[in-house]
Amino acid sequence: MAIDKFVTLKTTCVPLPVENVDTDQIIPARFLKATTRDGFGENLFRDWRYDKSDKPVKEFVLNNPAYSGKVLAAGKNFGSGSSREHAAWAIHDYGFKAVVSSFFADIFKNNALNNGLLPVQVSPEFLAKIFKEIDKNPETEVEINLEMQKITLLSTGESENFEISPYKKKCLLNGYDDIDYLLSIKDKIEAFEAGKSI
Amino acid sequence: MGKTLFDKVWDSHVVSQIEGGPSVLYIDRHLVHEVTSPQAFAGLDRRGISVFRPQNTVATPDHNVPTVNQDLTIQDKLSRMQVEKLKENTKKHGINHYGLNHPYQGIVHVIGPELGLTQPGMTIVCGDSHTSTHGAFGCVAFGIGTSEVEMVLATQCILQPKPKRMRITVDGKLKKGVGAKDIILYIISKISASGATGYFVEYAGSAIRNLSMEGRMTICNMSIEMGARGGHIAPDATTFEYIKGREFAPKGDEWEKKLAYWKNLFTDDDAVFDLELNYDAADIEPMITYGTNPGMGVGITGSIPKLDEIEESTKASFMKSMKYMDFEAGSNILGKTVDYVFVGSCTNGRIEDLRAFAKFVEGKKKADNIVAWIVPGSRQVEAQAKAEGLDKVLEAAGFVLRQPGCSACLAMNDDKIPEGNYAVSTSNRNFEGRQGPGARTMLASPITAAAAAITGKVTDPREFL
Ligand code: SF4
Repeated sequence: MAIDKFVTLKTTCVPLPVENVDTDQIIPARFLKATTRDGFGENLFRDWRYDKSDKPVKEFVLNNPAYSGKVLAAGKNFGSGSSREHAAWAIHDYGFKAVVSSFFADIFKNNALNNGLLPVQVSPEFLAKIFKEIDKNPETEVEINLEMQKITLLSTGESENFEISPYKKKCLLNGYDDIDYLLSIKDKIEAFEAGKSI
Repeated sequence: MGKTLFDKVWDSHVVSQIEGGPSVLYIDRHLVHEVTSPQAFAGLDRRGISVFRPQNTVATPDHNVPTVNQDLTIQDKLSRMQVEKLKENTKKHGINHYGLNHPYQGIVHVIGPELGLTQPGMTIVCGDSHTSTHGAFGCVAFGIGTSEVEMVLATQCILQPKPKRMRITVDGKLKKGVGAKDIILYIISKISASGATGYFVEYAGSAIRNLSMEGRMTICNMSIEMGARGGHIAPDATTFEYIKGREFAPKGDEWEKKLAYWKNLFTDDDAVFDLELNYDAADIEPMITYGTNPGMGVGITGSIPKLDEIEESTKASFMKSMKYMDFEAGSNILGKTVDYVFVGSCTNGRIEDLRAFAKFVEGKKKADNIVAWIVPGSRQVEAQAKAEGLDKVLEAAGFVLRQPGCSACLAMNDDKIPEGNYAVSTSNRNFEGRQGPGARTMLASPITAAAAAITGKVTDPREFL
């Protein structure tokens, strides 16, 4: 079963310069009651996005018409806390294809990659530049090239390379899914079980 | 060169290694709960496959369950559907399921160890970040996402990059009134909520060795709160003693064989870690958090940092957090008002925690301004607490023992802290809204929670010892 392919992306960004954005903020627990993967985008950042009477909070970046785009740029240690994959689903369902941060929590990173959402880890300096450029002009675009593992800030032309495991890169470029791979090596798994002494 | 405990366990479970990629890791035990599994089971259906090794899998509902009147139908329709879906899915796939009202039901990380399902040297996963709890037994145990739950259901394997190794050593004697929860809150306050990201942590040192299994579980449980992939402690006599005789513990010859293997599960003297940290147990005070991530903690007699003590890049987040908590930078922690006290969760919902709380409040009275929720981590903990008469001790002091579940640890069931209220909580996360929209959480140990429950404000538990 394929995941979304990711090759290149040229887009404006939504800036969220907050550190330690945990998955409880991305999607609060009370919205985890669904038994399907769809529709979580509606409640992405629910408690920052809407007030108690469900009215949009004007200052929150997702409600600010000046900002749009397929990249979420966020502060350090993004996606910490709960392992809920619903966080990655919500971001993806909302329409983001990549998240740029200077640091990602481990489980979130795996969850994102398993759903065709690219976590792009950049240096704190590069992230600060992105925020600064967007602040100057919300129309600022970035270009992400997965093949070259490169992100470019188009307004200044500056770019930086990012890390991704060669395996995950191949999966994303081709839309491969981990479970298909594991199912294809089932005989190896059975052989391992047979050889297990303890 | 010698091997670390982590390498010993991890390496013996690698089915194959993808070049330039993750390991294919074999999983001995898969724990399943109602929230992160329905989409994984649906994925199996879509692929037209069934669970590969149902006998390695155990399920129980915990996140959504009410903690009163569990014999009645769950009121919240969506919660009820998730709990029913779990029952349906596990039945269809032949998985052991301890449903509501079953004597073994409880928080998944509490029931694994108490049923003897958690054993040294195992690889254990669950669609829940606090799976790290099981590391207390010398396991490699970690939380996974739902796609990964599907991988394990389908193939009993998972694709994982191997983390780096860190050892945190806490030597020396703990001061009076300081326990496992304080140790881990202290460590996280030192290295921050992201300080161990990318690492698997081994906890070592005399202060760790001297802890009971319950205490060790509290420590390993919160490994994820500093970003670690997991955390563990080498098994020893305390571990073996705990496991022996439990429902799914090995018996007879099998026990002897396993025990011989378990005794080899330690870090060799000449093994090398990527990072080593050392702390002195005597430096640790009863701890409490003041902010909105578990790294924002201080000794209870301390104060919230002043703005100029905060790193420039973190200032905005710190201010946001102070605003949410409605605390002043630089102010004292002691004496702050408390509205709710929550004792429970997979961090501190075990029998030892209830004993500590009950002992503390015995002969005292709950403060009038406090609403307290005392929630056992499992049916077995509840039964044990009643057998020891702890429920009566609690009642005499104005408290009620509720029924098992995740309860107010996360705002998913009926137990939510109301907006703007302050809770001293023995759980593991103080994130914005974690315990209910607008709820303000201060994390602490069971006895610090008890002290707050008695006085109605943040209080140093040592005043009563
Ligand atoms: S008690 Fe809290 S942390 Fe533990 S499994 Fe339940 S919700 Fe998660």
